[in-house]
Amino acid sequence: MNALKRHRLLTRIWASDSGWKRCFTTVSHTDLGRMFLGMAFFYFAVGGVLAMLIRAQLASPDAAFMGPDIYNQVFTMHGTMMMFLFAIPAFEGLAVYLLPKMLGARDLAFPRLTAYGFWCYTFGGFMMLTSMLVGLAPDGGWFMYPPLTGPAASPGVNTDVWLLGVTFVEISAICAAVELCVSILKFRAPGMSLDKMPIFVWYALVTALMILTAFPPLILGSILLELERAIGLPFFDAALGGDSLLWQHLFWLFGHPEVYIIFLPAAGLISTIIPVMSRTSLLGHGWVVASVVALAFLSFGLWVHHMFATGIPHMGVAFFSAASTLVAVPTAVQVFAWIGTMWHGRPQLQMPMLYILGFFATFVIGGLTGVMLAIVPFDWQAHDTAFVTAHLHYVLFGGFVFPVLAGLYYYAPLVTGRRRFFRIGEYAFGLVFIGFHGTFFAMHWVGLLGQRRRIYTYDADTGWELINLISSIGGFVLAIGLAMVLLDLALNAIVAIRGKRNPWRSGTLEWSMMLPPSAYNFASLPRVTSREPLADIPDLPTRLARGEGYLAVPRDGRREMLTVSTTHAHPESLVVYPGNTALPILMAAVTGSFFLSLLFKIYWFTPFAVLAVAALAWRWVWGLGSQTDEEDQEIGFGETVPHAMQTDRSQGWWGSVFLMVADATLFGSLIFGYAFLWTIAPNWPPPQWLAFSVWEPLIGVAGAAVAIIAARQTPRPMQRRSGTTTGMPHLLPTWQSLLGLSALAAAFIGLLLRTPLPTEHAYGAVLCVISAFGLFHALLAILMLVFLVFRIRRGFISSRRRSEVEIVKLWINYAALIGVVCLVLILSPVLFT
Amino acid sequence: MLAGSTLIVIIVAALIWRSFSSTPPTDKPLGRNIRIWIYGLGLVFPMSVLAALLIYALVVGERLLPHLDDEVVRVNAIAEQWRWQFTYTDRPEYVSEGVLHIPAGRPVDVAITTRDVIHSFWVPRLAGKLDAIPGHVNVLRIEASAPGLYHGQSAEFSGKGYTGHTFIVQAHSAADWARFLAGEPM
Repeated sequence: MNALKRHRLLTRIWASDSGWKRCFTTVSHTDLGRMFLGMAFFYFAVGGVLAMLIRAQLASPDAAFMGPDIYNQVFTMHGTMMMFLFAIPAFEGLAVYLLPKMLGARDLAFPRLTAYGFWCYTFGGFMMLTSMLVGLAPDGGWFMYPPLTGPAASPGVNTDVWLLGVTFVEISAICAAVELCVSILKFRAPGMSLDKMPIFVWYALVTALMILTAFPPLILGSILLELERAIGLPFFDAALGGDSLLWQHLFWLFGHPEVYIIFLPAAGLISTIIPVMSRTSLLGHGWVVASVVALAFLSFGLWVHHMFATGIPHMGVAFFSAASTLVAVPTAVQVFAWIGTMWHGRPQLQMPMLYILGFFATFVIGGLTGVMLAIVPFDWQAHDTAFVTAHLHYVLFGGFVFPVLAGLYYYAPLVTGRRRFFRIGEYAFGLVFIGFHGTFFAMHWVGLLGQRRRIYTYDADTGWELINLISSIGGFVLAIGLAMVLLDLALNAIVAIRGKRNPWRSGTLEWSMMLPPSAYNFASLPRVTSREPLADIPDLPTRLARGEGYLAVPRDGRREMLTVSTTHAHPESLVVYPGNTALPILMAAVTGSFFLSLLFKIYWFTPFAVLAVAALAWRWVWGLGSQTDEEDQEIGFGETVPHAMQTDRSQGWWGSVFLMVADATLFGSLIFGYAFLWTIAPNWPPPQWLAFSVWEPLIGVAGAAVAIIAARQTPRPMQRRSGTTTGMPHLLPTWQSLLGLSALAAAFIGLLLRTPLPTEHAYGAVLCVISAFGLFHALLAILMLVFLVFRIRRGFISSRRRSEVEIVKLWINYAALIGVVCLVLILSPVLFT
Repeated sequence: MLAGSTLIVIIVAALIWRSFSSTPPTDKPLGRNIRIWIYGLGLVFPMSVLAALLIYALVVGERLLPHLDDEVVRVNAIAEQWRWQFTYTDRPEYVSEGVLHIPAGRPVDVAITTRDVIHSFWVPRLAGKLDAIPGHVNVLRIEASAPGLYHGQSAEFSGKGYTGHTFIVQAHSAADWARFLAGEPM
């Protein structure tokens, strides 16, 4: 088979649908990465327009352009859009687009999940955008502190739009994070051991793990606040044993890691681009990886520094102040590794490098003002002034937008296959740089003069007029600059001439493919032996196209990919991806109907939406697998691997593990909230405790034990009367597990029915949520078991095709464990009181 | 802090500038580079600067905290959307709205709380800010060195009336303070 024939065959197998159907049914990471980025930059533009409205309002004192009603919506939506609808999705888009190409893979681990995440993001974003167009946008600030956002102070639908819309959008962040973790750890080119992964992949892995552990507290907070608003469970109402500080803890437990979730991918781009632009390799590669991991850990210890003015005890403040200054160390390691790399090499001032210089200038200042704010006496003065606004824009614009623009210019030739022809970019950079510093440098100053954040106007005698005018002019220069960047990129993508392969002479795999990339990325998968395979073997692209790699033979029209062992990347199994489908967009639409039913308070519809989601999830997994055993398959280089469905640890098992990490973090946040309310909140103890009964713990724990023990028995092959085994597993243990989980579920229903006064004290409200959490997991595992029974009956499971059994077992164990912990949490305090 | 920050910005800028202009001896040993850039500039330099800064901050912060003192005057600040009420331990029946009366030259402990949403008590010239949180009472130590008027404002976003949510602190001389406590018109 020659290269052209292979290309045609693979294209037929991997291509997305043509015509209008393409964007609705595509599951290709190349398509979806571009769609993610396009949508993210759309919201960047919308958020930018909102910023211009803010600067227009503040340009002069006593402005009558907007009243506080509209102004509050505008600044709330500016922050919300930039954080949730631009920065995070832009990272997801970059990672979705680039990672398989960098890893030498043909797609991500779960192509349909990528599409589902994209559509959740799109629909959730439109929900918030629509609310803004009809004047009902959230207006409580992007941090949404209750009681201001509680049912009494904000009775309108505005706050619900935020809580439900952001949660809907965060589904996409969790999906992307699970997917990226599994893809990075299991879906690499053979031979690409962890130490040979490109540096950006390390950043993406750490970022994805941080999303899994940082977003759940926010999701929990949103659920609790929505419950308070919808049915009156008083989690944040101090009069009824709640505490508004709980929201602040949950919010910043998410909010501070969020800053690093935004910064790290951008830093990953810098670590990728600087060595290439300097004709050398990254100085201290291992140190950079270590500092990224250190930064991730430290960032979870910082959330309280957003709450220095809330009256936290002095020892606590001192501890968090120390931790806050400590994050400067791993950041310094990276910054000096980058500068050292430039010293060691021969830096060239191309477009991407220009933006990286812009990054240095901006980010270093932002970092230093950050250290100032970590110093508590200074923070007590500067907190909630324009100084903080200036600081955070230096960090986020400097630390994210500049590197991402560098990345766009760096990867534009990869995406479009064209080289720059029009030279608008340099002028655009000049405007962006001058405009940015004009806007925000001035803002430091006016903040130190005492201008608070979020005021909609100020008096003429404050002495702030000129500074604000400078700031507003700078803002408009910045906006013009950014518009020119878009124009430059669009013009060059459409009009410019075709460029050559690997224009920057990079050594990593994403440049060893056709430009623009084909639907299948690599005609055959490379065997990697170093960190820069393309630098070692300059004709690698030709060799791969000729089929000198793994999986060079297209088979049976199937989309094939390999999984590898986590550390050393030895080939482990063969994965067959699902093809193009509209299932993800349908699933996202049904998920959206769930959120809309809550938003419009059509509660009778909500259970139907949940059932529809479950039905589509059933359909989603039913389409996978096979009814016959398959022989191990040749993959090239004389190696054979089993099919993934015939292994214990398929990609679905790994995906489940990472989803459980997020779920367990949510559970941990719930336990934290329970303990926090118990010890810190005013108006405790509650008027009435739960009466102790021996039945629920007995039935629940026994049920959990039965479920776990029975699950260990599958898949025991069925015995025929003649004594031979059929390969089909025995159904009895499945029924036993089902019985055990049903008992566990019954225990929680019993507890829910007799929880004392959930709407009259936070104690009862928390017990309800814990019971509901345990019940939900038991029901989820029951649903999976029923699914498994049908799969066994229809012959999808055999003693060899056992991967689904392993996944269900994992969920049974998890649900049982969560159930027991829930019972302990609910009942053990009752024993002590 | 400002001078130190400016110095660091200039040093970093100079290092980047030099990296473009210097002719790179590509045979430079990488080990020595790592020692200079990672160990020296990346680890030792920020750690020493930060340690010094942190110790200084803790000492200053300690001094700003309320300590036991016989001279302390106690007042209460109660915030709501969008006004401030003040009550006085030494003049129990009296409530002032929008104006907080304190003696000049004596430490004052303000017990801060709220009736509705979160607000923040901030008189820039007297002290840093401290939040008013439902169900909690936070105590802020302030001291005005001279009699006069000091502007105060809420520093936590609280909805529509946030911009105008301000108050005034009036510091009295010892004689005026005695008259205030005696209930004479001011």
